[in-house]
Amino acid sequence: MILLQPIGALGRATLGAMGSIGRVTLFALQTLSHMIRPPFYGREFLVALLNIGWLSLPVVGLTAIFTGAALALQIYSGGARFNAEAVVPQIVAIGMVRELGPVLVGLMIAARVTSSIAAEIATMKVTEQIDALVTLSTNPMKYLVAPRVLAALVTVPALVAVGDVIGIFGGYAVATGSLGFNAAAYLKNTVDFLEGLDILSSLVKGCAFGGIAALMGCYYGMHSGRGAQGVGRATKGSVEAAAVLILAANFLLTGVFFSL
Amino acid sequence: MIELTNVQKTFGSNQVLRDVNLCIDKGSSMVIIGGSGTGKSVLLKSVLGLVIPDAGTITLDGQDVTKADRDAFLARFGMLFQGAALFDSLTVWQNVAFRLLRGSLKRPKSEAREIAIEKLRRVGLKPDVADRFPAELSGGMQKRVGLARAIAAEPEIIFFDEPTTGLDPIMSGVINELTREIVDEMGATAMTITHDMSSVRAIADHVAMLHDGVIQWSGAVADMDHSGDPYVDQFISGRADGPIEAVR
Repeated sequence: MILLQPIGALGRATLGAMGSIGRVTLFALQTLSHMIRPPFYGREFLVALLNIGWLSLPVVGLTAIFTGAALALQIYSGGARFNAEAVVPQIVAIGMVRELGPVLVGLMIAARVTSSIAAEIATMKVTEQIDALVTLSTNPMKYLVAPRVLAALVTVPALVAVGDVIGIFGGYAVATGSLGFNAAAYLKNTVDFLEGLDILSSLVKGCAFGGIAALMGCYYGMHSGRGAQGVGRATKGSVEAAAVLILAANFLLTGVFFSL
Repeated sequence: MIELTNVQKTFGSNQVLRDVNLCIDKGSSMVIIGGSGTGKSVLLKSVLGLVIPDAGTITLDGQDVTKADRDAFLARFGMLFQGAALFDSLTVWQNVAFRLLRGSLKRPKSEAREIAIEKLRRVGLKPDVADRFPAELSGGMQKRVGLARAIAAEPEIIFFDEPTTGLDPIMSGVINELTREIVDEMGATAMTITHDMSSVRAIADHVAMLHDGVIQWSGAVADMDHSGDPYVDQFISGRADGPIEAVR
């Protein structure tokens, strides 16, 4: 019997994981159905746009500029080992647009927005505000979840685009300021090297990561346990899940775009 | 009339409602009493559909609540939550007028605000409270705002979940008085859950005691003090010894 215990534990863990995937999938489908069916809550959508998009700009900008700058330094010093210092503009551009821009913005949104959504909705649940919404003939999925997920789907690609540009600018500033690159040549190389598919992949990833981040915040918030501990667990769980799913989705989407 | 028949609800291994049978007449004020954790809130939430019973039926005017049109059904209810459950991100008047700003009862914003201020006045709050946020109010004021929100759309049925919990005796008295006045004035059916005996005496027409998942006793509030039921006697006298275990 002792020998069977690990198999039993593995089975339970697998069932638990499959159950979670099923619940999240159902939640995502419900959210989608509420996004396309009236009533629509315009005010809540605009507030979510502001919170997720506009107010995330500083953290996204700072993350991108330092990443772009560090990337330029790394590529320059790494490239010098085989006399390839000149590829800094191209690699910074492709690295930021295809990979680092969307992933870092996604992770920043997971840290900033997912946690905030999960904590807010979980607190609403603990203080019976979700029940109050129901008694006031308002569907919490429609009022709380749909506007936030829709706002993230719209704003995160825009944030990724801004992050890409700022990241490239970070690389440009370091390359032209301290690595001796010509400014006009740097910009020309960047623009010439980037393809439409690179930009498309960046925006698609942004959309997917935004959806994951908001969805996880809402899911964990709506399924929060009781009390302060429940809110804490929901917040922590939402950020962990969002971060892992964003990285997994990044791998899958990168594979899809490579195959195109 | 609200009628609960053989209602059962279990959470994990904990059977909270074993077999609840209860009838609340139209226009009357029913108060459910019982110790903490006896399932009073679950019972109330079951009527509203916030908790789905495992078995039994709940009807409102003869219609099964699970089969009723949800929006139309909920539009007949108002509810005051234990902690008021006001929305932090909205101002006081927006909380009160929540139902009047969206959905089937939607009115123009100025009219909704006017109604909200009128309801705030009804519960003893000045109009200058309207533009404050819930976090800026005391517990008693939040309860009053919650009460104003519950009555804003003039519901036929009002539920009160522990209306005086966490309030000082004077504020409790004020809320009790307001509750009774509003119920009488509106001719509404009221269902209150509480373990505060002063609330029971102030609010109730009828009392039902929930214990061990069933209604142990029910009757008119005037009969409560000589019910002859050992559970009710112990509960209203607040004695530790009796059929209700003090340690649960």
